[in-house]
Amino acid sequence: MSETGIGKRVLRREDQRFITGKGKYTDDINLPRQTYAYFLRSPYAHARIRSIDTSAALAAPGVVAVLTGEDLAADNIGGLICGWMIHSKDGQPMKAGPHPALAQGKVRYVGDHVAVVIAETLNQAKAAAELVNVDYEPLEAVIDTASARSSSAPPVHDEAPDNTVFQWSLGDAEAVAQAFSRAHHITRLELVNNRLIPNAMEPRAAIGDYDAGTETFTLYTTSQNPHVARLVLSAFVGIAPEHKLRVIAPDVGGGFGSKIFIYAEETVCVWAAKRVGRPVKWTGDRSEAFLADAHGRDHVTTAELAMDENGRFLGLKVHTIANLGAYLSTFSSCVPTYLYATLLSGQYALPAIYAEVDAVYTNTAPVDAYRGAGRPEATYVVERMVETAARDLNMDPAEIRRRNFITTFPHQTPVIMTYDAGNYHASLERALELADYRNFGARRTESERRGKLRGIGLSTYIEACGIAPSAAIGSLGAGVGLWESAEVRVNPTGNVEVLTGSHAHGQGHETTFAQLVSERLGIPIDQVSIVHGDTDKVQFGMGTYGSRSGAVGMSAIFRALDKIEAKARKVAAHVMEAAEGDIEFRDGNFTVKGTDRKMAFGEVALAAYVAHKFPTSEIEPGLKESAFYDPTNFTFPAGCHVCEVEIDPQTGTTEIVKWVAVDDFGNVINPMIVEGQVHGGIAQGVGQALTEGCRYDPETGQLLTGSYMDYCMPRADDLPSFELDFTVTPAPSNPLGIKGCGEAGAIAAPAAVINAITDALGVRDIPMPATPEVVWRIARDRAPRLAAE
Amino acid sequence: MPTVSMTVNGKAVTGEVEARTLLVEFLRVNLGLTGTHVGCDTSQCGACVVHVNGKSIKSCTMLAVQCEGAEVTTIEGLAKDGKLHPMQEAFREHHGLQCGFCTPGMIMTAIDIVNRHPNGLDEATIRHELEGNICRCTGYHNIVKAIDSVANKRAVEAA
Repeated sequence: MSETGIGKRVLRREDQRFITGKGKYTDDINLPRQTYAYFLRSPYAHARIRSIDTSAALAAPGVVAVLTGEDLAADNIGGLICGWMIHSKDGQPMKAGPHPALAQGKVRYVGDHVAVVIAETLNQAKAAAELVNVDYEPLEAVIDTASARSSSAPPVHDEAPDNTVFQWSLGDAEAVAQAFSRAHHITRLELVNNRLIPNAMEPRAAIGDYDAGTETFTLYTTSQNPHVARLVLSAFVGIAPEHKLRVIAPDVGGGFGSKIFIYAEETVCVWAAKRVGRPVKWTGDRSEAFLADAHGRDHVTTAELAMDENGRFLGLKVHTIANLGAYLSTFSSCVPTYLYATLLSGQYALPAIYAEVDAVYTNTAPVDAYRGAGRPEATYVVERMVETAARDLNMDPAEIRRRNFITTFPHQTPVIMTYDAGNYHASLERALELADYRNFGARRTESERRGKLRGIGLSTYIEACGIAPSAAIGSLGAGVGLWESAEVRVNPTGNVEVLTGSHAHGQGHETTFAQLVSERLGIPIDQVSIVHGDTDKVQFGMGTYGSRSGAVGMSAIFRALDKIEAKARKVAAHVMEAAEGDIEFRDGNFTVKGTDRKMAFGEVALAAYVAHKFPTSEIEPGLKESAFYDPTNFTFPAGCHVCEVEIDPQTGTTEIVKWVAVDDFGNVINPMIVEGQVHGGIAQGVGQALTEGCRYDPETGQLLTGSYMDYCMPRADDLPSFELDFTVTPAPSNPLGIKGCGEAGAIAAPAAVINAITDALGVRDIPMPATPEVVWRIARDRAPRLAAE
Repeated sequence: MPTVSMTVNGKAVTGEVEARTLLVEFLRVNLGLTGTHVGCDTSQCGACVVHVNGKSIKSCTMLAVQCEGAEVTTIEGLAKDGKLHPMQEAFREHHGLQCGFCTPGMIMTAIDIVNRHPNGLDEATIRHELEGNICRCTGYHNIVKAIDSVANKRAVEAA
């Protein structure tokens, strides 16, 4: 096997441009004659717009245009859509209110888009925006998740008078009721999964351009899935027919879900480019990212777990209120439903589960998928419940897990998923060993001697990713299929371009995808280019999210390579005058069995294009193949994370003193990159648990955490170095046996941290983020009790 | 409009700017040096860190006109004669970057950290010194390793 093949720690090929400042992100692109867009945003959480007077702004220096929702309507530009239909328990379809790219009659959250000012310079656009006179009639706002359904305020959307998007359920209520009637013990928790703001480091940006000669639009945008953006902007928003719209997502500075969605700003830029006859560029600033990027999480949950006298789980009952914000963002509806409740079985043989989810509108930014999307929320419920149950029964939290683990596969859970492979005991035991779990008591005693509180927490998570089998998700309401495409173009000189529908924004596809090609074709990795992110180059693709690029995107490449190899064999057989069945392909060479006849891959490629030595009536010239790959199942990464904390009760500071993660991602293409994904995921999960929490003023709906001064991103000194190991159970659902790894850390981490902190403090629950203030108050309240003990 | 002159990556440059123009805007817009990034608007994230007269500064927090006569180094000016700076090498070697957006600022900060600690650095100090730079991708683990490798190699060589 070559040094750049599958399983090797190949250094990233994309790094050269990033470490030298040569990356090309959307804001680095400038087009001749470009104008600058600035969005006037709502200062109110909820208000009717009586009128908008743009005349003074239009007269300001440098202003090219001032456009509002009326102009969108005049051009028959449709609203943004939500691509996943959820039906309520009573069979009613979800209640989707209108989502215009610029407000029409009403604004519904602080930061909502009211008008766009387009000018020669950004400063001119900003200055003119101050001159737009909007006459608002402020309305009472609905902010709080838990009480949104009973709010006396005017509804966010008339279509949903009680602010309820849907009331959905999954599982068997009767089976759960029976299980609870037999229970020896029931553990109950009320849990809040705190609202997060994704904060990819590159703010969103867009440049719209219109070529009047060819009547084609081009949109440069910070997207994780440019083809989906083109599809939505064509088929639903109605900007232009699909073949007249090119979407380019160049280097993208992180996504974490927030750049999946089709947003108002890019819609307006591409539409306005034709109206003003010049390119229109918008680059969001961080304040706009806080206000108007889709947020994540925001669940309020009550959960009950029934078990027998031996700690065996009998049933789980969950009720969740999920805040979807002011509008249904692109995939928002599937997050608290099919990406959440389907994972409530965790790693456990749970005979009965019933989950109810009420999704609500509020006057806050839209909420959609953020790293993990539903699965962190599910893991948080399950792993907090399991740990708490162990404490209720005075049982070792590791032992209660052992007693309930699923051990035979495939395993059908009561909530749709069929787990196809896994070994949960292996990852648990390895993690406990690395964490020196056995000797934790001694470390706790030592901490106590220094006046510190020490705790340890486990999180044995599972997730379903590598989304997804198209027919399966179609039956659950998805508006799209979630296969992936690949095209392998072999050039006459033998080097290879791979066009993929996946999109890289930090994942390192230019390296890992090339590793696969290099190994399969036996050619040096520097003869392989990975092309992505341009709808004019790649025909179609579903993009990168849900940890799908390896399991689905690379599998598509694998299939296309099968076809390349098959055709190359035919060509080689003719050129070497042998039977096709006698051709062998190994290490980049085609050989004729039992002879010394041999052709290198590059020679066969040339022969395919020269086309002199085979009948072109039977074999077409050229060497280019494509594949659309649809997975047969989700992949089910699982593992065990162990977090050990030390708390200073005097300051409330939590220090993570040790982090062990043992994950099972099946076969791994590049361990270095996989480890990096785990590190980043854990950091985001620790951020959720310790530092990050979005806050709106509960009355006015003003965003209180609107900058890095108020919203605490984890810094280097908030985190430890992580100790990682892997177990390997290959995924049966794709030809490479790989599982997704991008979200696992963010899914596993919050429960591990909070289990550790509650262990240290000896309390049942603590809200996230467990900031020093929160921890200090609990430690203070607990102190007299400690003294009394 | 005021005129400003400075040396950027060893080359003398002059430009007309509005007085309010930030150094980062001058670099990105006037000079087309787009390796320096803007990740926030409150001087928190550090994506815009460059060196001014040998010290790391956030170029979103300095006016271009304040740099009159200064020596400015950006990420584009680190590699010499096609040879990467050891910190650039270390970030690649240790997988200290993913999306690459915070990376230029991280590398410029990291060089300054190492320069200020010629006797080497422990992990806690590296982590503390990185408080002005935010990365959302790496969890900092490999950034810390990259800086550690350069800092402690240099300390060993100096000893």
